[in-house]
Amino acid sequence: MRTAGGRCARGERQFPFLTDADAPGLYFLETMPQEDKHWLVRPSTIRRLWIWFGVVLTGLVLADGFVHGHPNFGLDGTFGFCAWYGLATCMAMVIIAKVLGRLLKRPDTYYGDDDD
Amino acid sequence: MATTTISAMPPGAWLALGALLLPLVTLRFRPVLLLGLPLVTLWLVWTLPDGSSPVLPMFDYQLVLVESDSLGRLFGIIFSLMAVAGGLFALRQKSTVELVAATVYAGGAVGVALAGDLVTLFVFWEIMALASTTVLISAGGARAVHAAMRYFFVHIFGGSLLMAGIVMNLANTGSLAVEGLDASTLGGGLILAGVLLNAAAPPLSAWLADAYPEASYSGMVTLSAFTTKAAVYVLIRAFPGTEILIAVGLFMIFYGIIYALLENDMRRILAYSIVNQVGFMVTGVGIGTEMALNGAAAHAFTHIIYKALLLMSAGSVLYQTGKRKCTDLGGLFQSMPVTMVCGVIGALSISSFPLTSGFVSKSMIGQAAADEHLMITWFLLWAASAGVFLHAGIKFPWFVFFQKDSGLRPPDPPWHMQAAMIFFAALCIGLGVWPQPLYALLPEPVQYVPYTVPHVVNMLQLLLFSGLAFFLMLPMMKRSLTITLDFDWVYRALGPRVTERTAASVAAINRRWQAVGRRRIDGVFDFLTRHMGPNSVAAQTPDSSLMVLLVVALLGVLLYLRFFVS
Repeated sequence: MRTAGGRCARGERQFPFLTDADAPGLYFLETMPQEDKHWLVRPSTIRRLWIWFGVVLTGLVLADGFVHGHPNFGLDGTFGFCAWYGLATCMAMVIIAKVLGRLLKRPDTYYGDDDD
Repeated sequence: MATTTISAMPPGAWLALGALLLPLVTLRFRPVLLLGLPLVTLWLVWTLPDGSSPVLPMFDYQLVLVESDSLGRLFGIIFSLMAVAGGLFALRQKSTVELVAATVYAGGAVGVALAGDLVTLFVFWEIMALASTTVLISAGGARAVHAAMRYFFVHIFGGSLLMAGIVMNLANTGSLAVEGLDASTLGGGLILAGVLLNAAAPPLSAWLADAYPEASYSGMVTLSAFTTKAAVYVLIRAFPGTEILIAVGLFMIFYGIIYALLENDMRRILAYSIVNQVGFMVTGVGIGTEMALNGAAAHAFTHIIYKALLLMSAGSVLYQTGKRKCTDLGGLFQSMPVTMVCGVIGALSISSFPLTSGFVSKSMIGQAAADEHLMITWFLLWAASAGVFLHAGIKFPWFVFFQKDSGLRPPDPPWHMQAAMIFFAALCIGLGVWPQPLYALLPEPVQYVPYTVPHVVNMLQLLLFSGLAFFLMLPMMKRSLTITLDFDWVYRALGPRVTERTAASVAAINRRWQAVGRRRIDGVFDFLTRHMGPNSVAAQTPDSSLMVLLVVALLGVLLYLRFFVS
């Protein structure tokens, strides 16, 4: 299987995820100088976005020290409850989906293509 | 209670009948009808006072074609509003059949929302089924037609359940009232099953993700709004506080999330996400308190807007690129900024981000669960809120507009499609910032205050940390050219396979027994031919001269005996 960089990724089913013909722009993007890319996809911008994202996340967790809601069931009164609960449940859902996908995923031509 | 007498002409009927004029007018005049009809309907519903139309006797039954109260009007208003925006978005749709069907479909939905009895409701319900099937078929191509037929058969089955339930309920209680049905009776249970089928509840939920994404770029926008939400309306009206609905709703919520996470087709992601969102409403109906029912109704209202907005955004991408798979898309933010911004606003609204419409509606359902001390439900609802951000809030915009660069550089769609998106995006933000007009339309008085500091902080924590989970686990969510098996496998793969095997074994048995059977049957025919055939004794004509001679001789004997013996 080929990925954007032309490298082979392991653990994925054998589908032409992204062939050269599918994404002619991609090679163009990889070879062109950074300042020609859209500002949003430049590595420097992405690094800055991650930093700001981290700052906001930390701020939100710390805000729990100043904001006092009315916990309904005890557990939801723990420090940064919504933060860790959101992170943990989302990771669990992705993993459950992944496991279920192993059992239930089929090629998208499974039912025949009709006129696709 | 009904107080005023109002016109017996259902506002939905104006919309449905008016739609039939669409093929008759020139192309230049078409937009006037397409936008004018739903606008007139919206005005008619908006200005309806509480009350009901005169009773219309039909056979032995008393029908009330129109009954208006705040709940019915709320759904009538949002259905008409949806028809306005849907019409604007579909202005350039070449298929007149689709435009007519979509408008009739909207009319049917308005009819359901204002129906005063179960028979009237059933008639509009089936109009919706027929019209939505037509919307699907009009997309053209074998794929759409096959999907439409599967959709139609599922809904015919649902309609039969509903009708059977209505008849049984009528026989037992003598009532055709929509209110206060008892799900524990057989009649009420059948009605509930028929309605839940349309809400895409398990086990037949697969019909939605199977059919809707095969519609045209504008068809799916219309389809997303009416069938499931009309079902939610009937649930709120007829089955508030039916406990099983909490479990059904929670199942739908997580089913929607998991399947959407596995999906590659952008519009199938959004289709599963419809089931997910309707799950929140069904859970609200199951909780059944004033707060929960208000939440379910308000969520149906805001959901129709942001889901249509998301599908308009996806429809614009499909219209401009002809591609629907995430593996083929990406990087479109560079050339489709309006579509991207509107899609992101829809995505934030579905995730109940503060200052968007989802925040002011969905949180009422969670609050109702807390008020009723439903701990497990409450924790699952919060996990689900995080999951919504994961599968619809980030996944959809990320894979369509960002991720890798697909090299596609299509421009934004034509002005009217942009206008429809901007209209609904403005409503998403508007209702989120200023929820009072929506709260004023709700069936029960609202004491709920969505914007408190702890609520906003908690919601932001939940959503942004699920965003973190998304990006941390991105390698596990790489798109592949796959679908995920669902219940429709039973009638798309298992059923045909069983039928083929049965047909093959019947043919084998036939072949094996044919020889034996033929010999037996031949024997019977031989016997019959021998004894009764043309050459058999029975068929031969004996010589008549001998007969005459015998008769004469007999007569001679008789004469002799008569004259000489006596």
